[in-house]
This record gives sequence, C-alpha cells and structure tokens, in this order.
Amino acid sequence: MKVGIPKEISPGESRVGSTPKTVERLRKQGFDVIVQSGAGSSANFSDEQYKTAGANIIDSAKELYKESDIILKVLAFSDAEVELLHDGQVTLSYLSPAQNQELLQKLADKGVNAIAMDAIPRISRAQKMDVLSSMANIAGYRSVVEGANYFGRFLNGQITAAGKVPPAKVLVIGAGVAGLAAIGTARSLGAIVRAFDTRKEVAEQIESMGAEFLTVEINEDGSTSSGYSKLMSKEFIEAEMALFTEQAKEVDIIITTAQIPGRQAPKLVLDYHVETLKPGSVIVDLAASSGGNCELTKPGEVYTTDNGVTIVGKLNQLPTQASQLYGNNLCHLLDDMGKNDDFKIDMEDDVVSRAMVTYNGKVNYPPEPLPVSPQKKTTEAVAAPILTGPSEEEISRKASTRMFITLAAIGVLLFMLGKVAPADFMQHFTVFVLSVFIGWQVIWNVSHSLHTPLMAVTNAISGIIIIGGLLQTRNDFSDPMTIIAFIAILVASINIVGGFLVTHRMLKMFRK
Amino acid sequence: MISSQVQLASYLFASILFILSLGGLSSQESAKRGIIYGIAGMVIAIISTVLGEGVEGQVYIIAAIAIASVIGIFVARKVEMTSMPQLVAILHSFVGLAAVLVGFGSYLDPNTHQLQGVEHNIHLVEVFIGVFIGAITFTGSIIAWGKLEGRIRSKPLVYTGRHLVNILLVITCIVMGYLFTQAQGTDGMIYLYAMTAIASFIGVMLVMAIGGADMPVVVSMLNSYSGWAAAAAGFMLGNDLLIVTGALVGSSGAILSIIMCKAMNRSFWSVIFGGFGAAPTGVAKEVEGEVTATNHEEVAELLKGAKTVVIVPGYGMAVAKAQFPVFEMVNQLRKMGKEVRFGIHPVAGRLPGHMNVLLAEANVPYDIVYEMEEINQDLEDTDVVLVIGANDIVNPGAEDDPNSPIYGMPVLQVWNAKQSIVMKRSMATGYAGVQNPLFFKENTDMLYGDAKESVAKINSFILG
Repeated sequence: MKVGIPKEISPGESRVGSTPKTVERLRKQGFDVIVQSGAGSSANFSDEQYKTAGANIIDSAKELYKESDIILKVLAFSDAEVELLHDGQVTLSYLSPAQNQELLQKLADKGVNAIAMDAIPRISRAQKMDVLSSMANIAGYRSVVEGANYFGRFLNGQITAAGKVPPAKVLVIGAGVAGLAAIGTARSLGAIVRAFDTRKEVAEQIESMGAEFLTVEINEDGSTSSGYSKLMSKEFIEAEMALFTEQAKEVDIIITTAQIPGRQAPKLVLDYHVETLKPGSVIVDLAASSGGNCELTKPGEVYTTDNGVTIVGKLNQLPTQASQLYGNNLCHLLDDMGKNDDFKIDMEDDVVSRAMVTYNGKVNYPPEPLPVSPQKKTTEAVAAPILTGPSEEEISRKASTRMFITLAAIGVLLFMLGKVAPADFMQHFTVFVLSVFIGWQVIWNVSHSLHTPLMAVTNAISGIIIIGGLLQTRNDFSDPMTIIAFIAILVASINIVGGFLVTHRMLKMFRK
Repeated sequence: MISSQVQLASYLFASILFILSLGGLSSQESAKRGIIYGIAGMVIAIISTVLGEGVEGQVYIIAAIAIASVIGIFVARKVEMTSMPQLVAILHSFVGLAAVLVGFGSYLDPNTHQLQGVEHNIHLVEVFIGVFIGAITFTGSIIAWGKLEGRIRSKPLVYTGRHLVNILLVITCIVMGYLFTQAQGTDGMIYLYAMTAIASFIGVMLVMAIGGADMPVVVSMLNSYSGWAAAAAGFMLGNDLLIVTGALVGSSGAILSIIMCKAMNRSFWSVIFGGFGAAPTGVAKEVEGEVTATNHEEVAELLKGAKTVVIVPGYGMAVAKAQFPVFEMVNQLRKMGKEVRFGIHPVAGRLPGHMNVLLAEANVPYDIVYEMEEINQDLEDTDVVLVIGANDIVNPGAEDDPNSPIYGMPVLQVWNAKQSIVMKRSMATGYAGVQNPLFFKENTDMLYGDAKESVAKINSFILG
C-alpha cells in the first residue's frame, strides 16, 4: 500500500504528517511512502532526508493524492484538498469533527474513510496514538519558553555578587497535559509554580510536578467521565475569580490552558485581573485558538496592554518536534491497524471505530459516548461493559459450564475412591492433593530469573526421600534391605547436600 | 527416642519450612532466607526420623550421609555454572534411583506383609507405581544428562510407531502390576524386576526422542517426575512429609514445564508423553537475501557509536563460557554512558533461568537483565542488538512463516532494532533445524567464531 504525505497548505501550519524518521518506520511496517516535494521544509526536513529514509518524492499534490491509499496529514482538509481525495482512501488527520459536520459530510460523499486523530478515545490502550496529548505536551513546554522570552527577569532566584534576584512566580490555570508540561518546564527553570484546576483529582499530579495546588473553598468537583472538566456553578466561578484576583497581585507569568472540547474556551482571566498584574508580567494563552481564556487575548497576536502586560496569543509550534511526535502517533495507529500486510479497518476495534468519523460513505460521528476518566480505577470499571461484547460473556459461561462438569466428574471419582480405599489412604491422599494446590500457588510466584535455583532447591528437598532409606536400614549389613537402604540414603544425601550448596552458590551471585 | 506425635509435629514443621523455602524464591532478596528455611526443614526432618521409634543401623546411616556429604560438597563446589543443567539432571536421576530402592526395600520389609486385604493391595500398588515413576525418572535423567554433557547425540531418536510401542509397554507394566498384587509373600519380586526393566526402557526412549534445545522442557519435566516419585514413596511408607514435599516438587516441575512449553508454543501434553515437534506440514518459506559477515573491529565501532545496546544471549554463550568477557564489554560500554541491557528468552539455554544464573555468575547486576516481554517493545528504539550464540529464539519465521516448525513461538524481535549482530560459530541451523531469515536481513550482520574469543577481541577494539 502507498502512504502519501502532502504538504500542508494552511499558511500558519509548519508541521508535517511524517518526518524522515517516521518514514523509516512506515517503510519497516511495509508501506511504500510518497512525499510531496517540500512537505517538510517548514519543519526543517529536506526532500533529501526523506529520500534517504526510503520515500519517493513527488512534485504535484494532485498526483500524490491520486496515487496514495493512505494520506497522513496534520490539519483538516480544505475544500480544494477534498476535491483531490478519492473513493476508498484512508486519511489520518485532525478534523475537529464536532465543529466540522459539513466537512465530514463532504468526506463521506467522496467515499473517504477519514480518521480524526483528535477523536481517538483517550483510553490507556490508545495513549500512544493520542495526538492531543503529544501536541499539548509541546504547547505546555513552549508556553513557558514563550513566557520567559517576554518576561524581563530570570525565572530562577539567584544570589549574585551584584545582588539578590527573587524567583519568578508562575500561575498555571488548567492542569491537563499542557498544564502539567508547563508546570514541569517552569519548575525546571527555577520558578515558583502554582496551579489551579477545577478537577480535584489532579491535585496529586500537580503536586507531583512540584507545583502548589490552589483551590477554592467551595466543594464542587469539575471532573467528568470524559476526563475534561465541566462548566462550573456561579458560586464556584465567583470564588475562582476572587482567587485569581488575589494571585494576580503576586504572580509574574500566567499560563492558561483551560479548554472544553467543542466549545468556546472559558474566560478565566478578566480585564480587572490583567489590570491588577504588575507591569512586565506576561500572560500566555494556550486557548487562544478557541477564543482565549483571557478576555484581552488577541488570537494570533502578541501585544502589550496599556499597563505593560504582554499577552501572548500565538505560539510557535516547534514544528520539528511536533511533527516527530505527531508522526509517531500516526505510526502507532497504523501499527494497530495491521501495518501493510494485514491492513484493515476493524470497526469492532474501539479506537478505530471511534476515530473513523466517516466510513463507507456515511458519517460516523458522534459515536456512542465512551466514558473515560484519567483515573485508572474508573476507566476500567466504566469502560469494561462497553469493551466486552456478549461473545465474551458467552465464553465465560461456557468456561464455567466446563468447570462445573469437570468438578462434578472429580467429585464422582473421589466418591468412588472413598468407597474402596481405606481411611489411612484417604488421609494421605487429602494431604497430597492439598499440597499440590499449595505448590501450584507458591511456584507461580517464583521469579523467572530464579528458575535455575528453584530447580536446584527442589532437587535438594526432594532428597527428603532419604526418610524411606532411614526407616528401612537394619542393624545387619548383610541384609539386602540394609544394602538397598544404604544406597538410597547415599544418593538422597548427595542430592540434599549438593542441591542446597549449589543453590546457595547461585543465589550468592545475584546482585543488584 | 521421641514419640510418634512429636515426630509428626516436627514433620509438619519441616513441611512448613519447605513451603516457605520455595515461596522465598519469589525475589532475589528473600531467596537467600528461603534456602536457610529449606536446610532447617531438612535437618529437622532427618533428625526426628532417626530419633524415632524402630530405626536401626544408625552407624550405616551416619556413614552413608557422611560419604554423601563429601561427594555433595565436592560436586557443588566444583560444578561450573555452565554445566548446571547436567548437575540438575543427574540429581534428578538420584531421586529416581532412591525411589526405586525405597520401593524395593518397602516390598522386602516383612512388616508390610502383615497388612491384610485391601490395605495390602493398595500398598503393593503404591510400591509398584513408586518404582515405575522412579525408574522412568532415573533412566530418563541419565539420558538427559548424557545429552547435555554431549555424550549422547542430541539429535532426537524417533521411529515410526514409537507411541504404539510405548503404549504396549505401559500395558505390559499394568499386567505385571496385576500379577504382582496377586503374588504371595515376596514372590512378586520377579514382576517388580521385569517392570523396573521396562520402565527404565520407557525412560530411555522418552528422553531419547527429545533433542537439544527442548532440554529446558525435559529437565523441568523430569524435575516434576522426581517430585511425583518422592510423593509415591510417601504413599508407600505412609509418610505425609514425603507426600507434601513430593507434591511441592512435582507441581513446581510441572509449572516450569508449562512455562517452558508456552515459551516454545508447544502443547504440555505432547511433552509429557514425549517426542514433540510434530513435523510441520508444507515447506518453510524460502529465505531471500544475502548473509553479510562483519569483523570485530566494525562491531566495536558500531557499539561505540550506539546509544542503546541490547544483548541477547543463548546457549552458545554458555558453551563458550563467554559471560565474563561479555560483562567486561558491558562495563566498558556503560562507562561510556551507553544504556546496555540484556534480553532473556525463557527457553534460552538448557535449563529454565539458565542465562540468568550465568549472567549472575559474571556479576551482571540483575536490574539490567530483562525478560522477553519486558524488552521486546524497546527493541524498536535500540541501536544495536548483539545476539550471542542464540538462534531459534530470535527467528522472525516464528512470527511470519506459518510453515516454520517454530511458528507461533514467541521470539525476541531483534530485527526491529536498527542493527543486529549475530555471533555464531558457523552458518549451521539452530537446534530446530530451521533456517533463520534473520541472518538474511539487511540490518543483520554475522560475526563468526567462538563467542568468548570474539567478545574479547571486540573488547580490545573498544578499548583501543
């Protein structure tokens, strides 16, 4: 199959769907790769590098779209690009399906099987293909670098011969992936970091990154089953605003990352907050593209307010890094879909079926909600009933029937044995069976690396058969029984002594 | 002299200590404690038996134990870690032999013939079964030892209709058993002898049918048999401690066999009944491509340029005793700031966990030694994989060639790494007799020669 990587045509977009490194991986997966000439130039990848990685370079986008079976792209398709797509083609890109119903319809009419990378469900299994996380991570990092750039001071505190410098205080609003990345970056530059989030469950994560978790005195949790936060009550928002006002007096850099999918970003930093900030302070608004968390943000612009606060509404995308991670995410998805040889669209697969927003000429969006919380416990509890189909129930029913029959058979056999065997034997038999169960339980816990010592030690303790010899020895050495017993004791003792010693020798060698 | 109640109590205590001893092996730290429990249990068991009622001939007992201790200490001190499998196999045969002897002794013991009716019959059956399992274990283990030691050709000895022959032999044994229980006094001895001979033959044929690389399964299976033999001896003596211990060892061996079978994608039952590796239907894929050989200097350069290195050892490393120079190399590379890890396939070597012991002997810290599942996904991002004397466990055919005899066996996916170097003595096929497509891959180079010498040479180039 041919995988095509077109050049992004949107003017602000400098990323590309696949880097030379990911082309190499695609080649390993068995795909043929064609790259549009200049596709990687804005992300600092030359055609030459793609060629070395095993791709064919094609000049015209039209031809590329025509020849490819799978298209790897970053941004959603423009109308002109939709025209180039053809029936049966599989596309991987951002689509923002919630806002782009019209585009989805067009893709479906074209017969394109479009996968929206931003609709990949955020479950554990799909983390490796989660572009939202990998892009948010980059944005979080970049937001701090950007903030530091416009901020006129050090982020870390220093005591120098020329005087003392206090550390900068950074407030991060929203502790999703981007927020946490921002906290980590700001901390590593030496700033004092505080973070606010309406979801109580992230407090631990915030603290683990080394920031202080800010909270309001109202008990309301913003968590939802989707992992995003919900809209909060009026009282809560008032308390939140008061908190921000307090903080605005102290902090130097504010980084906002609060977004709710499919909606305008909530306005969290209001004009009076901005006024409270000290001159020279910086606000980096990561939600600028969906309207901004700050009332005064001008999306796509960086400017300074009258009171000297710089508001950053656009971010460098770090295209080289972003393309690499994005490309990896796509590769992982293709890996899951069977690589080149077994490539198939498996609508039984939760990840694929949810991200596949158009399929066989039909729009497949919105899908059934798949509630997933970032906390593992709930993920499993809630997601399990959806993940396991009726077929698994049937399997388990069959298994329990089989188990029941086996147990019944064993019961009957034991009963029959009990009828003929003397009491003495039954007692020993009980001990035997229970010991097998104990052995079974104990041995499964043995670490794989200790299997050889296990064999040696079982060798030693099976020398317990020495007891047989001990009981059979007689005082008369000419008695054949004594001779037999003597040899039995001899070999069993070699086992005991040799087995324990050699085990000891082996265990002594293991070191950390 | 101690009363039989006290004796039973001390047996119970010994059983508990044995269970704790095996349980201790769940981690390296607790394992050392575990072995002390084991020794304590054994000492308690032996002393309370000797002090018990009706034990005679203490002089002979002490003499036998003394002689055995000298031999045991000598063997345990001298044995090379690379020949661990042989030692384990021969120790299994001892248990089998002891079980046979105890069975004969028990039959000769006049006390047992005072038993009447069903009890007497059951006792005879116990003796018979105990000797049967013991004899199979005894000869089977000796053959396994011979194969591991290289004294017997490791090629599987198979002939058509051997399953039928085996079944006939077992049926003969059952008939003998019937006659044995019907005989008066010790007249049944002749049947017992005959059965012992037949069982010994079965043991020989069982292991003869199995070849070199399947040895981990065979050895753990014999481990299991030796346990059951001890348990059977416990039944005939009416001794619970023997039963408990035998059952523990028996299930331990069985679990090891299951783990090994899974690792080789073979059915447990086909192993238990001997002679596995059903002939593959169809012809294995023709391998395309060319084998490229490299030299020590190039490998050294490659390693110097790598950031992450994974070493996959196999039986070849054990044979060449290359673990010491390998660790020297690892040390050098780690000093240069490279991430070096080991990837261990469960059936690498000739004994479960064999590689771990060898690496431990060479002082390799166990936290850089990873299991197959742990490291497989990391291989993609690994710069260089060094395969030292391993073949089938790195065969891509196991994943993509349904006609390969080892198809379905989980393998280390070393071909996903940027570059892999395979150190081998020659181009010969591995144990399974399967061509390895890995060697023909573009990102695989071969380095021929003895593993120990090769690694030493690479070391000198790394330093130089």
